[in-house]
Amino acid sequence: MAKTSSRDRMKNEINAGSMADIAFLLLIFFLVTTTIVEDKGVLVKLPPWSEEPPDITKLKTRNVYSVLVNADNQLLVRGEEMKVKDLKDNAKIFIKNPQRLENMAENPKKAIISMKNDRGTKYKTYLEVYNELKAAYNELRDEEALARFGKEYEFCSKDQRKEIRTDIPLVISEAEPTAFGEEN
Amino acid sequence: MGKFQKKRGKASPEVSTASLPDIIFMLLFFFMVVTVLRDSEKKVDVVTPQVTELTKLEKKSLVNHIFIGRPVEKYKAVYGTKPRIQLGDKFASLDEIPLFLEKHKSKVSENMRGGIKTSLKIDNSVTMGIVADVKLALRKAGQLLVNYSAKPRAD
Repeated sequence: MAKTSSRDRMKNEINAGSMADIAFLLLIFFLVTTTIVEDKGVLVKLPPWSEEPPDITKLKTRNVYSVLVNADNQLLVRGEEMKVKDLKDNAKIFIKNPQRLENMAENPKKAIISMKNDRGTKYKTYLEVYNELKAAYNELRDEEALARFGKEYEFCSKDQRKEIRTDIPLVISEAEPTAFGEEN
Repeated sequence: MGKFQKKRGKASPEVSTASLPDIIFMLLFFFMVVTVLRDSEKKVDVVTPQVTELTKLEKKSLVNHIFIGRPVEKYKAVYGTKPRIQLGDKFASLDEIPLFLEKHKSKVSENMRGGIKTSLKIDNSVTMGIVADVKLALRKAGQLLVNYSAKPRAD
């Protein structure tokens, strides 16, 4: 083979044409195996640990939006049963209180969402509920940003964002879980 | 073959493909470098929930991971089916969390330590009991920035 090729071409070089194929093969292998792992998730800031339980007696009940999740993954929002999918809109109305109702938050600054779950609550449900509450805040911030600056929250400048953040602070407080349900 | 050569004549208007392998190799090396091979063996099954409000975790060196899930098939005989915590590449108990956080902290330069986040990779089916315990341990250890790892959901 080498003999004939050298006779034919009068040149003595290794055929590098297939190099590309070999490299392609390797490349495709790495392309397929690479999972550029993007770690995404729901970012939460936990409250600092203190021995004493927080004092909540000062809060007015109209400002507290209590969300309870039991071990059967059912929701009790301000004393009423609710589905997870209705939670976001309900929470938005509560925080914004567009009709200035007596039993809803005085203003977004004072609104507090209090969340309590059971040790038997499924993590999936917990995160979905948390996600809905966060979504409610994010949408409110977006609406506010659109009204004030004409663009969505994430496109606002740092100062604008800070302004909105102080007016609509995200306050989700979590109580110690109850222990009625079965853990598994 | 002979016919072909005749047609072409002496001049070779061919584009040189000699540098093609080099280009491909460059791409190859890029992908080899970018690829992060799992550094720890997975000992618990974790399928994260799907949510809509996601935050991207940046600066990988500032993130430590805690896995909570049920032991994978081959450890079921030894560790049972109850949810377990995995730190690094081994099963751990709650009181090993502070040490784990401290070990990670020591690898991060001092001025960056405020931005350390803990990524909690928790399985769908786990109940909140163990999660609450881990959260409490994190709070006691002063690690307050927590990210519940999740997948995007299309609405």
